[in-house]
Amino acid sequence: MGESITFWVLAVISVIAALGLVFSRRAVYSALMLGVVMISLAVLYAVQDAPFLAAVQIIVYTGAVMMLFLFVLMLVGVDSSDSLVETIRGQRFWAILAGLGFAALLALGIGNAVVGAPRGLAAATQAGNVPSLAELIFTRHVFAFEVTSALLITAALGAMVLAHRERSEPKPTQKDLSRQRFVAFGKTGKNPAPLPGPGTYARHNAIDMPALLPDGTISPLSVNRYIARYEESQGILPPEVARVLEQEEAAQRANGHSTPTLADEAGDDGPDTEPMTDEGVVAGRVVGARGEARSEEDGK
Amino acid sequence: MEPAEIIQHSGGAIGAAWLMIALPLVGAAVLLLGGRRTDKFGHLLGVLMAVASFVVAALSFVQLLGFAPGERRRGIELYEFIPGLAKMGLLVDPLSISFCLLITFVGSLIHVYSIGYMAHDPNRRRFFAYLNLFVAAMLLLVLADNYVALFVGWEGVGLASYLLIGFWQHKPSAATAAKKAFIVNRVGDFGLLIGIFTIFATFHTLAFDGVLANADKASSGTLTAIGLLLLVGACGKSAQLPLQSWLLDAMEGPTPVSALIHAATMVTAGVYLIVRSGPIFQGAETAQIVVTIVGVATLLAGAIIGTAKDDIKKALAGSTMSQIGYMVLAAGIGKAGYAFAIAHLITHGFFKADMFLGAGSVMHAMNDEVNMRKYGALRKVMPVTFVTFLIGYLAIIGFPLLSGYFTKDGIIETVMEHNAVLGWLAVLGAGITGFYMSRLVFMTFFGAKRWEPTAHPHESPAVMTWPLIILSIGAIGLGAFLVLGNRFMTFLAPAVGAPEEMPAFHPFSPTGLATLALVAAGAVFAWLKYGRAEVPALAPRGSFLTTFARRDLYGDALNEALFMRPGQWLTRLAVFFDNRGVDGLVNGLAAGIGGTSGRLRRVQTGFVRSYALSIFLGAALLAGAWLVVGNL
Amino acid sequence: MTTHYLVLSALLFAIGGVGVLVRRNAIVVFMCVELMLNACNLAFVTFARQNGNLDGQVIAFFVMIVAAAEVVIGLAIIVTIFRTRRSASVDDVSLLKY
Repeated sequence: MGESITFWVLAVISVIAALGLVFSRRAVYSALMLGVVMISLAVLYAVQDAPFLAAVQIIVYTGAVMMLFLFVLMLVGVDSSDSLVETIRGQRFWAILAGLGFAALLALGIGNAVVGAPRGLAAATQAGNVPSLAELIFTRHVFAFEVTSALLITAALGAMVLAHRERSEPKPTQKDLSRQRFVAFGKTGKNPAPLPGPGTYARHNAIDMPALLPDGTISPLSVNRYIARYEESQGILPPEVARVLEQEEAAQRANGHSTPTLADEAGDDGPDTEPMTDEGVVAGRVVGARGEARSEEDGK
Repeated sequence: MEPAEIIQHSGGAIGAAWLMIALPLVGAAVLLLGGRRTDKFGHLLGVLMAVASFVVAALSFVQLLGFAPGERRRGIELYEFIPGLAKMGLLVDPLSISFCLLITFVGSLIHVYSIGYMAHDPNRRRFFAYLNLFVAAMLLLVLADNYVALFVGWEGVGLASYLLIGFWQHKPSAATAAKKAFIVNRVGDFGLLIGIFTIFATFHTLAFDGVLANADKASSGTLTAIGLLLLVGACGKSAQLPLQSWLLDAMEGPTPVSALIHAATMVTAGVYLIVRSGPIFQGAETAQIVVTIVGVATLLAGAIIGTAKDDIKKALAGSTMSQIGYMVLAAGIGKAGYAFAIAHLITHGFFKADMFLGAGSVMHAMNDEVNMRKYGALRKVMPVTFVTFLIGYLAIIGFPLLSGYFTKDGIIETVMEHNAVLGWLAVLGAGITGFYMSRLVFMTFFGAKRWEPTAHPHESPAVMTWPLIILSIGAIGLGAFLVLGNRFMTFLAPAVGAPEEMPAFHPFSPTGLATLALVAAGAVFAWLKYGRAEVPALAPRGSFLTTFARRDLYGDALNEALFMRPGQWLTRLAVFFDNRGVDGLVNGLAAGIGGTSGRLRRVQTGFVRSYALSIFLGAALLAGAWLVVGNL
Repeated sequence: MTTHYLVLSALLFAIGGVGVLVRRNAIVVFMCVELMLNACNLAFVTFARQNGNLDGQVIAFFVMIVAAAEVVIGLAIIVTIFRTRRSASVDDVSLLKY
């Protein structure tokens, strides 16, 4: 009875989470959903007399693999939300059809394959679950076990080889970098000093607090564009920040060029790259959104 | 009188008769394989080989005369040619030795002449190699003792003739003429080949003694078939109607070639074949009639063509056709005609070679101009050429006591006895001969100068005039020597047989007088038209008949209409079928596969998800199939 | 009860499969693959109990190891591709085609 309740609760949760994994726009949500599914499954393992696997599931999957996923997501860009518009004709229709058909067939097939009540593992695990498993792994499956160890080492090496990037030129020293900054200043007037940290002369040192210049106005360089965009979408962007961004936008339009940014300085990306961290463009979006928001306010 | 048995022989000059063939063959091989290293002495080696061959032939002839008349057919076995089918052997008998003497003697003179004629040609060595090759092939043709070896020589002659006609292959006309000669000869060769097949099927042997001795045992129908097929071969080689068209074009070759091949030797191969296969023709009356008709038709056609040509060599070529026609006509009559056919062949070999070489001498002097309308009055500047040519001319028209008088009139008399209609046609041909040969001589050597301004005619060097002189001596006396007292007929009798009673020679028989009168009339007419009157520099339009003759009696037009155009249509049809049918099928298949592949290619979108979808669908299908099968 | 587990496993597997087919973000695709592997593991564990045989759990254990190795390599590949193409979309990697 207890098992039934556990199963039904976890089954519903895991199916919903799996659907969420597939259909959420943001990759981070997908990862979290996957975590939910994995933990649910871990509990189901535990229920089914597999405490060792449940522990390994939590440790390896939710602990290591999921972290790896999130880590790579951060590397690649959290911001990259998937567009849900399908580009391959018929792909979605056939995918869902195949999924439904496959689920139905599998359920029919495996569902009917089992006859009778489960035998239970009591007989097989008289010495306890973990010792029994250990005995099997180190006796009957020892060869496979050794091979998996080789596989893991190979995988680790492979990952290193794949992720390693050979440096084609000597690493720039601080002197080189400084010289570059001043050359850029001479050419474009870009501020050679570091960006001002958030919250200077302010009550908070949180990242969403822009720095104040000595005259008390906001330094546009210190505005975090992600946060500004989020606040814009939520309608909680402070008016003085919005004003500063607007002024900057106007100044840019007057000059006909955008101020050089950190992203440009990174500089090794070609023209076809998605400018995820291009603050100039982000600022433009923010301002655009801001304008819409204002018209809404005017409407009110 | 029937031909004698063949006696196997070895030793002496006759035993070494194979040297006659081998020497020129070696000469050709050395000159062709030796390349430019032999340039310096090539012509001398060629002459040497031809002369050596003549020496062997002469020695053989002397040895042959030493035997009793009934033992003068000597067979020489060389080796097994095609095991079980044909032995390679030579047959030295009066017939073949006559040919050998003619070929090697005239051939040697022409070799000598060519030294001078081709002196400035950069490819003189090659020319002599081909000449030697030709002599070797022709000797193999006449010396062979079986039809296979004869055919080898026959083809060798065709090859040499192709090479020599197209010797100046840089001239498109020469290349075309060579091809034409080769193709037309192919037609004849094909007939001969089928004839040989039929002979083998009938007699189960190809040796002359086996075939000819048993000819009377075969049915007349078979013999007629064989005879007609051999006649086709003879027509091809001897330029008889209807395969005559190549001979006139063959004048594109250097003049010694025309003299050697197209007057003295090669074109006589057909006559040789008919005479050699005599027993076959004697058993097939229809075939004999056809042979005589072909001969008469050709002798008239050749004569008519000769009347209208302004090109000196083509006029002589027409005359050659005509004279070969006489020989074929005589050979068609049978035993009574063989001796006259061969005798005329030999004398014709002399005087026609004489005239061709004389024409070559004239051309040599006139910057290779061949148009007789641009000659005239050459008798004073080229006295030796003129005199020798004149002797040849008198010989061919049958001037009394010269060679042609004895041999040609002998043919006409014999034919007249055989069949009056053919006889009178032959007389008519002689009259036309008188006209066109006189025309040629008057236009060339008499009348006013009509030379091109650049022409500075001069007598040819001694190396060219001496052969002319020797040949003209033959043209004077050979006929009388051969015919008087039936000397040649008696000599040939062991080889080809002879009529029961030898013909008596009547110096002024009615037929002979009629012939002489007609010839004289033709000559006078020619004098009136071309000797006394001014010869226009451009050929006048002329009547329909003139055009008819100028166009070679529309032989080429007929060939084109009958064979070339249908052949072209057939070719086009085949090409069309090949392009549209065969290629269409193959290309269509290829295009179909290509198109299908091009469309199937689109399945490879490059999207991993598409591939994954197909895998997933496949897995679903498999699961479904497993369920269905599992529940059955 | 066993049937329920198996049906759940099948459902999760199918959902994971659809995710692989539908999503374009390579990382999400990978997550869906992981989901499918987990669904398989659930089936293994269930069968182990059904048959009273620990082998199923051992296999599930091996599957986890292989999945971990696969994730390591797969993510390394994704990072490498992203570095050169600035994109994590599987549709962008479609040069190998007709």
